[in-house]
Amino acid sequence: MSILKDEDPRIHGIKTKIRVVPNFPKPGIMFQDITTLLLDPKAFKDTIDLFVERYKGKNISVVAGIEARGFIFGPPIALAIGAKFVPLRKPKKLPGDVIFEEYTLEYGRDCLEMHVGAVQLGERALVVDDLIATGGTLCAAMNLLERVGAEVVECACLIELPDLQGRERLNGKPLYVLVEYQ
Amino acid sequence: MFAAENGLKGDPRLQAISEAIRVVPHFPKPGIMFQDITTLLLDHKAFKHVVDIFVDRYRDMDISVVAGVEARGFMFGPSVALAIGAKFVPLRKPRKLPGEVISEAYELEYGTDCLEMHVGAAQPGERALVIDDLIATGGTLSAAIRLLERVGAEVVECGCVIGLPEVKGQCRLNGKPLYILVEPRELDNCC
Repeated sequence: MSILKDEDPRIHGIKTKIRVVPNFPKPGIMFQDITTLLLDPKAFKDTIDLFVERYKGKNISVVAGIEARGFIFGPPIALAIGAKFVPLRKPKKLPGDVIFEEYTLEYGRDCLEMHVGAVQLGERALVVDDLIATGGTLCAAMNLLERVGAEVVECACLIELPDLQGRERLNGKPLYVLVEYQ
Repeated sequence: MFAAENGLKGDPRLQAISEAIRVVPHFPKPGIMFQDITTLLLDHKAFKHVVDIFVDRYRDMDISVVAGVEARGFMFGPSVALAIGAKFVPLRKPRKLPGEVISEAYELEYGTDCLEMHVGAAQPGERALVIDDLIATGGTLSAAIRLLERVGAEVVECGCVIGLPEVKGQCRLNGKPLYILVEPRELDNCC
């Protein structure tokens, strides 16, 4: 259930600000670079506004962002909707007690960590990242939140790569994206 | 220079910010009292105070660039950029930014590291801020300043939430003004 706000005039502006960098980080990958979006204050604001309009007033108390680009979009959304921001990080970055969730990469495995006590039982949460590809990272993020008893209301990304079928990996959780890249 | 000595003396927001920071002893290694800002991010009011204080200070200074150092600078910089109408420029560890970059090496306690910025992100003559969660020795922030200056931007100030004792008494870094919200928390007055 991916909802594209194609009617919203702001979407076109956002789409044009995303830069595609071929063969990064390796040959064959068309990298979706959102840094050029961040250089356009209006487009960046429109991006945040679209998410805030969707989630404000929905009793969401947690916005979890995935390191590192999720840290750029998550906090402004959290601040605007009155939620706390919870960073989900690569191993050994968060000090103190953490729980971790492993996930598979194309070659090998990686791991995402969350602070113990950051999220309480019954809290309603969003997961934010810049892009969903295979969905592995988002899935690990959702698992972390659900393990502590939070309810993941939705996953929110700027960009989806639908050919990689990431949505199917989300165990039926709703996914909201602004832009698709075919 | 600390906010309390520069117009915000007695401002209750500074105390709320300070109390929201958690000290984690012996992280990442023995002897280091780590200033953990994630507890600040869990406190919506205190987090908002941080952004509001920076925004109030910088909104009329004609700033068009807010640069943030990966990764904790990403948590504070964008909100400030959005509120003052500036662009956000991420400064990253090597090989994270796609396309053309410039890089600047800086010293760690043991060895060196490197910070990168996109070519074209900042233009000559632009007025820039660097925002980070904490300043210790100033090595990383100095590298950030050098990157911006190399492309001809003018670094107006570096804004940090926490300033460690190494910078106490210093109001400048590489000749650039420093603006710091709070001092580090001590373990015995925490929680």
